[in-house]
Amino acid sequence: MKSNHREVPARRRLIAWALGSTMFGFFAWQAGPAQAAEEINALVWCDHDDPNLIEPFTRETGIKVNLKVYEGTGQALSLIEQSQPGDWDVLVVDGIDVPRVAAQGLLDPLPDDKLPLADIFPPLLMEAQTVKDGKRYAISEKFGYNSISYNKEKVDPADMQAMAILWGDKYKGRIAIYDYYLPVIGMVAMGLGKKTADLTEADLPAIRDTLLKMKGVSKLVGDVATSQNAIATGEVDILVGGGEWVTAGLAKDNPALDFVLPKEGGVLWSQAIGIFAASQKKDAALKFLQYIVSPEGQARLATSSCYWAMPVNTKATLTDEQKKILRWDDQPGYLANSQLYPAPSAELDAKMQEVWTEMLQK
Amino acid sequence: MRGRRLGPWPFIAPALAYTALFFAIPFVVMAVVSLWTLSGTALDMTPGFGNYIRFFTTESFFKAIRNSLEVTALVTIVSVVLAYPMAWILAEKVPVRWQRMALILAILPFWTSYVVRSYAWLLVLAEKGVINSWLMGLGLLNEPVQMANTRFATVLGFAHFFVMLLTLTIYANLKQLSPNYRRAAADLGANGIQTFIHVILPLTLPGIMVGAFLTFVLAIGDYITPQILGGSNELLMPQLIMLQILRKPDFPMASALSIILMIVVSIAYLACARWLKLERA
Repeated sequence: MKSNHREVPARRRLIAWALGSTMFGFFAWQAGPAQAAEEINALVWCDHDDPNLIEPFTRETGIKVNLKVYEGTGQALSLIEQSQPGDWDVLVVDGIDVPRVAAQGLLDPLPDDKLPLADIFPPLLMEAQTVKDGKRYAISEKFGYNSISYNKEKVDPADMQAMAILWGDKYKGRIAIYDYYLPVIGMVAMGLGKKTADLTEADLPAIRDTLLKMKGVSKLVGDVATSQNAIATGEVDILVGGGEWVTAGLAKDNPALDFVLPKEGGVLWSQAIGIFAASQKKDAALKFLQYIVSPEGQARLATSSCYWAMPVNTKATLTDEQKKILRWDDQPGYLANSQLYPAPSAELDAKMQEVWTEMLQK
Repeated sequence: MRGRRLGPWPFIAPALAYTALFFAIPFVVMAVVSLWTLSGTALDMTPGFGNYIRFFTTESFFKAIRNSLEVTALVTIVSVVLAYPMAWILAEKVPVRWQRMALILAILPFWTSYVVRSYAWLLVLAEKGVINSWLMGLGLLNEPVQMANTRFATVLGFAHFFVMLLTLTIYANLKQLSPNYRRAAADLGANGIQTFIHVILPLTLPGIMVGAFLTFVLAIGDYITPQILGGSNELLMPQLIMLQILRKPDFPMASALSIILMIVVSIAYLACARWLKLERA
């Protein structure tokens, strides 16, 4: 009984404290939007979820950016389908999926005269993907390569010049494969002398056989975090499908990690940004898009905490050290020697996934 | 009077509504969607069993359920074998005043994030991880063995979690047993081992079965552990389901796979329920 008497005031204090905290939280929350006059909602990749990228924009414009990070265009399309028109203002999407998203009428045409098109690396304008009937529906914002990441202290860099090393026996058990079928199938196709843009179902048997050989000599197939972790911890020495997006962010801690485009080239990936057709805040969304492709926004996006990759703007304000890590000077040669992700029809895409599933299960 | 006329319905209604809203209706929707097909990028809503036929005729798809059953069975057996002695020690050997503290220590791993715990295991099991370094330091290994990104790692990650769960269920069962059972067995001349095999173990089997069933259900539907620790070197059902929706939203195929997974879980439940009923009879 005695202890109960003691508990009552303590409980009251606790309740008072909880109520006080709640009220404080409520008013603090109320005060938040007052500082940012406008808010936009953006469906993005994880590299945008970095205060170092978003906060300078909010400070400068007063526009608060609410971010929803997703993985895979399929997931983004599901999220959009489950939302009301106007819920989202900005979309970041895989460069090769821009036609697919634009065909669904989800994106608004962008004003060319308000974009720094002259400063963009010409191959990254990707007009075949981003422009339809003379209207530009998205603009590339970041790019890189699915090629070979490796530990230069553990493997001979000369060996990394030819794709065939990835399915040979020399580095058996020391290879990881990035678990995304499109770029890796693209790499294998390039290694077999095929063009990623021309792939058909008839090419799949040879690709399948090579994938199975590669699986046979690999140690693991992993998503971004797993494969990055594997090469960073020395679990493997080579990552198929890796590139600057894997090694650049780790270079400071582990300078032995590097990436290269073999002589057959690499698969060029890009991400693009656009504005939703149903957005009610198109002016604010355009301001954000302009910030992202500006020299400052590009440097911040390129070196985002989630992953590093090349900015599309040639005037990005990167430091010399950052440019060196990203192999800025090699870009003209790399761009010339790279091919886009395969962009299969829905039917071919399903076949490719089946081949990939078979490889995973072997 | 009015309340009496309504009988128990006012009390049951919230639970029924909850089950209907969050289980029955979504389940029916999923079952219907599983009969559609994704044709190109368009949904073909003509009902059919195309997705199910594709599952049973595509070896790499069918293998996923086999992998799932093998891994889950292994996890359940390992967890029971490890949890029973732990629960026994907690219930019988730890002084009563320390039991609460021991239980808290036993469930401490629950307090850390599931994802963080899986990545921690990945680092522990890596070639340069704690275990390999230790074994090589002791001279027991000349070169590191691959433990991370294997089925072994997946089973270990699961077992770490489920041993705790099973320990709790078996511990609760052991604590409910009257000491008179043991006294009666001793009076009849049984030694410790005989008492355990013929008295204690049968009486605690319902607790083991309930815990094992929970382990089975939770493990077979888990995506995180095999994805992080298994290294995608083999696909389990949840991974195969995710593969269907990550790039192209093939919800019909993903729904069909989910229904198949639910059927497997239901069979396990029915087997468990039947066994418990038989046991009670």
